[in-house]
Amino acid sequence: MRQSPASPATFDRAAQPAWSARLGALLRRSWSLVTLNRKVMLGSGIVGFFILVAIFGPLFVTQDPLKYTYDLVAPPSPAHLLGTNQGGQDVFSQLVVGTRSSLGWSFVAGLIVMAISVTIGLVSGYFGGFIDDVFSVITNVFLVIPSLPLAIVAVQYFNRSTFTVALVVALTNWPWGARVLRAQTLSMRSREFITAAKASGERTWRIIFFEIFPNQISIVAASFITTTIQVLLAVAGLEFLGFGDQATISWGIMLNSAYTGSALFQGAWWWFAPPGICIALLGSGLALLNFGIDEIADPRLRLKARRAPRGKAATA
Amino acid sequence: MTDASPLLDVRHLSVDYHSDNGTVHAVTDVSFTLHRGEILGIAGESGCGKSTLAYAITQLLGPLAEISAGEMLYYGAGRPHPVASREPCSPSAMERGRAASKADQREQRTQPALSDLPSPSADGEQGSREATGGLGVGPSALPSPSADGVGPLGVGPAPVDILRLSPRRLRALRWSELAIVFQSAMNALNPVMTIGTQIMDVLRAHRPAMTRAQRQDRAAELLRLVGIAPERLKSYPHELSGGMRQRAAIAIALALLPPIIIMDEPTTALDVVVQREILNEIVQLRDQLHFALIFITHDLSLLLELADTIAIMYAGRIVEQGAQRDLYRHPRHPYSYGLLNAFPTLTGEQHAMYGIPGTPPDLRQPPAGCAFHDRCPLAFSACTAKLPVLQPWPVATTQTVACHLYNPRLHATPPTTAEIAASYAALAEGRTSR
Amino acid sequence: MRHLIRRLSIYVLAIWAAVTLNFFLPRLAPGNPAEAVFTRLSQQGPVSPNTLHALEIEFGVNTTDPLWVQYLKYLNNLLHGNLGVSTFYFPNSVSAVIAQNIRWTLVLLSVSVLLSFTLGSLIGVFMAWKRGSALDSILSSLMTFFYSILFPWLALLAAYFLGYVLGWFPFADGYNTRLTPGWSPDFILSAAYHAILPALTIIVSTVAGWMLTMRNSMITTLSEDYVLMARAKGLSTARVMFAYAARNAILPSVTGFAIALSAVVGGQLLVETVFSYPGIGFALFQAIQSQDYALADGILLLVIIATVVLNFIADLLYAVLDPRVRQERSA
Repeated sequence: MRQSPASPATFDRAAQPAWSARLGALLRRSWSLVTLNRKVMLGSGIVGFFILVAIFGPLFVTQDPLKYTYDLVAPPSPAHLLGTNQGGQDVFSQLVVGTRSSLGWSFVAGLIVMAISVTIGLVSGYFGGFIDDVFSVITNVFLVIPSLPLAIVAVQYFNRSTFTVALVVALTNWPWGARVLRAQTLSMRSREFITAAKASGERTWRIIFFEIFPNQISIVAASFITTTIQVLLAVAGLEFLGFGDQATISWGIMLNSAYTGSALFQGAWWWFAPPGICIALLGSGLALLNFGIDEIADPRLRLKARRAPRGKAATA
Repeated sequence: MTDASPLLDVRHLSVDYHSDNGTVHAVTDVSFTLHRGEILGIAGESGCGKSTLAYAITQLLGPLAEISAGEMLYYGAGRPHPVASREPCSPSAMERGRAASKADQREQRTQPALSDLPSPSADGEQGSREATGGLGVGPSALPSPSADGVGPLGVGPAPVDILRLSPRRLRALRWSELAIVFQSAMNALNPVMTIGTQIMDVLRAHRPAMTRAQRQDRAAELLRLVGIAPERLKSYPHELSGGMRQRAAIAIALALLPPIIIMDEPTTALDVVVQREILNEIVQLRDQLHFALIFITHDLSLLLELADTIAIMYAGRIVEQGAQRDLYRHPRHPYSYGLLNAFPTLTGEQHAMYGIPGTPPDLRQPPAGCAFHDRCPLAFSACTAKLPVLQPWPVATTQTVACHLYNPRLHATPPTTAEIAASYAALAEGRTSR
Repeated sequence: MRHLIRRLSIYVLAIWAAVTLNFFLPRLAPGNPAEAVFTRLSQQGPVSPNTLHALEIEFGVNTTDPLWVQYLKYLNNLLHGNLGVSTFYFPNSVSAVIAQNIRWTLVLLSVSVLLSFTLGSLIGVFMAWKRGSALDSILSSLMTFFYSILFPWLALLAAYFLGYVLGWFPFADGYNTRLTPGWSPDFILSAAYHAILPALTIIVSTVAGWMLTMRNSMITTLSEDYVLMARAKGLSTARVMFAYAARNAILPSVTGFAIALSAVVGGQLLVETVFSYPGIGFALFQAIQSQDYALADGILLLVIIATVVLNFIADLLYAVLDPRVRQERSA
């Protein structure tokens, strides 16, 4: 879960060491913070686990998740760790294989959001003036458009795919991050190191993305994670109600089959519960990461080391 | 300005902060006595523990701080406020440059005493402080001394230890006996509440018998007292200038005419001109209202103009304490000298200015012996081995100092001020020539 | 005031954007929705060829009008409240269907959002006040789990356990269907009874967000000097906690209302569907299932407008709560 935007050293070796050193220090600091903050540690543990399952899980699944058997709605047994659904399909292998789709789309949408919000936020905050005005209006307009209803309607016109939903959720979720980043950039624009970079004739895009951006990684990470949770829930929610692509395997589609098959009312908890719990768990892991980042960014939220002895301006 | 009777006696106070990477001994074994009407200045570099001391006295320390030792005896509880027992100040002096007080037209209103104040005295003296419906500065609002039958001030009821009060008693004592003005009024004033409400809040909590109109009048009066137009009662903090905000904070502090006010760097966040205005205001108010003041600052030069007594803190301890005049003429502790010369004094006299080399020590692991030894130009062998304690020096003056240089058994002849100056100069030259 | 006017113009712009989006969505979509709808309708019964023409105009296919003329016609229709005809509820107009359903949604939404916001913020205040205590730690971890729970999943769990197994609450429909809708006490009671489970689901799955936001904001506020000063003033605990700390700490929650709201609105649509609650969420679900494009579009438009209005209310509230906003605050 740690952020390492393509090792900066490979990008431009000759450039001033300032930002690469800063980024290096930042990464070292992030590492120590990951191990220092309990929430971040637990959160990255959970998210890391699901990522591993998404990547390697399907390799270890022995049963074809789509294969119909005659064990209809069978409770958990050694043969079927989490039982089967009404088609006799193995719930456990569906759960493992479905991780990839659920997690993958969330991350993709999170990345899209990150890209849009960083670009709009930084550009708008850095340049100010007319560009800022225009972007601010766009940001504020998008901020009030609810994503789920739009996604539902979009699904009706375009194809019923996870892609459509993820895209819509991404397109409606960037404004929050953009707004926060804009405010940060605005306040950072007048700091000394930016003035110094400008005076030394550094190119604007370099200032924006290599001087300012590294200082806002915590906000960017927070908006990435928030969107990831949103997409996870939005996609699963829509798939739950049957707006998904029935040919794929994902947690939401599993829930849909449990919903339409009245799994709960047959008492088949093993069919209905696991995907929901996985979604909540993964969401909790991401949320923990977010809370941890909040604590890192605002030390007052930490229980330790509150209100150090104060006093201004040293003598001598 | 001070009279002899003690008001607050802080004894062997220690405050620790518990953090993951060790315990910070922010204040260690601090003792001092504050007298009625006295201005005690506490000076030191940032991180020396002076703000922690202020928070400890006001019982505002955060959850991670712990008062590990000491007591704070308060002698004022249940006794009449000095104002009431003093000659009534002349009206002209009171109203200097202010609008006429409405208190004049108001009849005296008697209010119930704060029954839950820790007062063993049942002689009815308490009533005198509560008796003033107005601010207590207008002549008619002041009860005459004779009517009160106030006894000699030195003989009071038994003191209470502020640290051992029940929450209820502490809440009653707060602000009515001990108020605080914070460094930045912008942060200390509630941004979503008008100045008036913030003053009246205090009155509502501590003077429940006052009516709404009375509270309103008194709040207006308080603003006038600190030189703000009463219309500003309806203003929010962000609508006031920095100086006005700090004045408003002082007005809130004065709301109950507490015998003690603590000011934690009250002028640091202001520009020099406003800073001067506020300082004058504070001195003037003290002369009118006779509260005792603990003034905390990193700027020793302010204290030279303001304070009656000055305590110098270093690494959580008081290293020197004395009357302002004595400390100014003869700073005994090398650190005091260094601090004194770190600022150009406003009263003239050109000093050669040398900074104190080095940085304050890590309070998690204070150095052995004197905490200042590695920055001290006059350190000798005993300084690294033995902790100096605060002791009177020389006997003739008011000063106490915690330095082995003044211990005849360790150091034969104590240095003169000129010698300390010379040692700093030598140190500075040594640094530049290297 | 200037601030509010600026916000207002943003919202007008947002509504315009939504309207425009609604216009372009069917025109950008692949295939011919008019044909699809017509086919569906003719399966239900005889339809006149005029209907096809009307549909074609609505979706902008097979028409010789240039785009801007279509757009103007569309805007004109909108201004007259003409959102087209619902095929699912044929021959009812979309506006009639929405008018029928919106009340259910609005009542359910406002009650559950208000309860959830109040409850969550209050608990958040106490969690921060008792920070580090057992209560705080337990609630914090529990809420982290609920924070990202799936609305419809929780809805189904609630329907199963509280409705089906325990039989405490009804878990389908908005009222006892044997009653005739009206203002009779029986009907209102029945409606309230039926609303319990959907409301509970929404509250449980949104309260965590308010709680954690408030807790963090409150913790930050508690270390502000003005809270310290309020304590030093000897004010009662309640006064310090609410008038000084919580009063300031609530501001970020109000600012975050916009973002939270759009999630709640979405969640509510899903919850309604699970409970077959007669609101616009369920209607939207049915519209999509039966490819009732006009109804779906109308509902989307309405939901966006409702969100915008609620946002504006939040803005007004913020202006009331924070005196600084009346001066100058960048949007």
